[in-house]
Amino acid sequence: MFGKGESFRMNTAETPFEFVTVSYLTRIGNQSAGTLAELLTGLENCSDASIFHHTYQTLGSHHFLTEGFSNDFAQWVLADTSRNDLAEQLAALDIRDYVSIAALRSDLCRVVGEFCSAFQTFARQTALERFYFCESVEVTAPLGRSARTLDEFRDGITYLSHASFYFHFISSRLRLQLQTNDFSHWLSDGLGLPTLADSVNHIDIYTNTLDSSRAKLVRLIDRERRKV
Amino acid sequence: MSETLALTRIPLHEYAGLLGAGEIEELRALAKPLRGRSIQMINSTAVGGGVAEILMRLVPLAEELDLRIKWEVMSGGEDFFEVTKSFHNALHGAPYHATKKDFEIFLAYNERNRATLPLDAEFVVIHDPQPAALIDARKPGSNHWVWRCHIDLSHPHRGVWDFLETFVSRYDGAMFSSPEFSKQLPIPQYLFYPAIDPLSEKNCELEPEFIAQILARYQVDPRRPILTQISRFDRMKDPIGVIRAYRIVKRYFDCQLVLAGGSASDDPEGAIVLKEVLREANNDPDIRVIELPAWAPLEVNALQRASTIVIQKSLREGFGLTVSEALWKKKPVVASAVGGIPIQIIHKHTGMLAHSVEGTAYQIRFLLSHPEIAAKLGEHGHEHVKENFLITQKLKRYLTLFLILARGS
Repeated sequence: MFGKGESFRMNTAETPFEFVTVSYLTRIGNQSAGTLAELLTGLENCSDASIFHHTYQTLGSHHFLTEGFSNDFAQWVLADTSRNDLAEQLAALDIRDYVSIAALRSDLCRVVGEFCSAFQTFARQTALERFYFCESVEVTAPLGRSARTLDEFRDGITYLSHASFYFHFISSRLRLQLQTNDFSHWLSDGLGLPTLADSVNHIDIYTNTLDSSRAKLVRLIDRERRKV
Repeated sequence: MSETLALTRIPLHEYAGLLGAGEIEELRALAKPLRGRSIQMINSTAVGGGVAEILMRLVPLAEELDLRIKWEVMSGGEDFFEVTKSFHNALHGAPYHATKKDFEIFLAYNERNRATLPLDAEFVVIHDPQPAALIDARKPGSNHWVWRCHIDLSHPHRGVWDFLETFVSRYDGAMFSSPEFSKQLPIPQYLFYPAIDPLSEKNCELEPEFIAQILARYQVDPRRPILTQISRFDRMKDPIGVIRAYRIVKRYFDCQLVLAGGSASDDPEGAIVLKEVLREANNDPDIRVIELPAWAPLEVNALQRASTIVIQKSLREGFGLTVSEALWKKKPVVASAVGGIPIQIIHKHTGMLAHSVEGTAYQIRFLLSHPEIAAKLGEHGHEHVKENFLITQKLKRYLTLFLILARGS
């Protein structure tokens, strides 16, 4: 491990970065919602795996949508209830601000709850299509690839599948329970590159696809390598 | 048995060019703990129909990952398939008077197949209602059984579903194409999508000359906008509604409509619908009603690729894979919000959803007026299919399911 601010650019990390991939199966839940009031009830009662599925996981599976798609709840409110104002508030909830599902659920319930209280008629209006609460069931698998240097790390990054990149860059935020991701965590703690780690953590996952996020990450690494 | 079934072998590495080498490496990583483990896929037909089409491509890919996978087709007489066709329609919500004899025929054939099929793989995947009662062969705690339902169960005939449920509830899990089709069951239910093969004749890239040749054959003008619906001549696909939507659009745009589907010659109901369609078309020179041969993947591919907008105005739909086929070709799609279509069309992101003839016409006019938005929808649609509805993703979903089942035990 290296001290904060220490420069060990091309050094070897003591603990290697292990590349892993993930696959999700969608489990269909027992709850559905046909009104905003029912959506609120669902949000209060669904499992943590369901909140994860409709926020974190959907961001990965719809990463190519960079204009206005944020989570399944916001999309349903927009497309099936036409409540643009509520959809906008739900879409504005940024998963990077949360380190627990409980906190994210609480804010989702607050936003929908406040809207339902303020607009009780809208809260009872029937949506065009129902919202079905689903859950993500996760399986991870090691890719048998690891990195101890920045060069090896760069090679590994360029070869990753979308799911693997998503696992390390997006869903890792919940696992780490830190407002960071696997890549930044290792760049900082493993390679002693906190500035690079911070820049990587600032890549916007809502306005970038997984491919463009990866391209930005590689550019940041290349800039760091040129400093040597 | 898989040895005698017509399997389409395309090596995994050939998909790497389209998907990236990392995606193939990922499949290998997920399959590693399953190497050498046995899987049986069982359905009721070796050729024809979406299930057989998917299995003939999926099984060789799984074999390449060193899974011991076999595809078995249950046998049945004419009486069995008559009953199961009635069951199929009834599960889709059609009126049906079920007799005791129908259920007896269903059970008798399942019993006969239990005696002839091995059914001893670690993972047994039963496709659709026909072989559902094979579960009676399961020995307690011996292997994993899952039921894959490819049909729309949102409004099933009560009696038929109640009968079927007694078998389905004994599986370890059930897979449906849409959450809307799921039922109240004591077993886990998963979302499984049908899939297209990007390297198949129906979806591969085509030479512009070939596309031009197909358009010329069917007298379609390539210089004017082409609206296309590809589907069999079936009232549930609402071809009459498509013509009515086209007529509204035609007031504002000099466009053409192509309605292309499999030949109706051996389908009495299809022939009636085809007559209704021709009557509604009323000799409009810009409406082309095309009866395609039963197997015409290259023609379908060419017509989809030549289209300005693809329509799928179904009234009921299982999944509607023609939507994914069009999206894969980067076509803007206007489709009804029924069955599995909203899973493929995320409104205003990967296409446009509509709920009426007028709504369909409005969305078509909007896209004809805004080709840049239409192009973006097509691009996003292509990415959506790449992430979710390709045969490689389907294989990944199966690997994940088997890993979850194995973990559970």
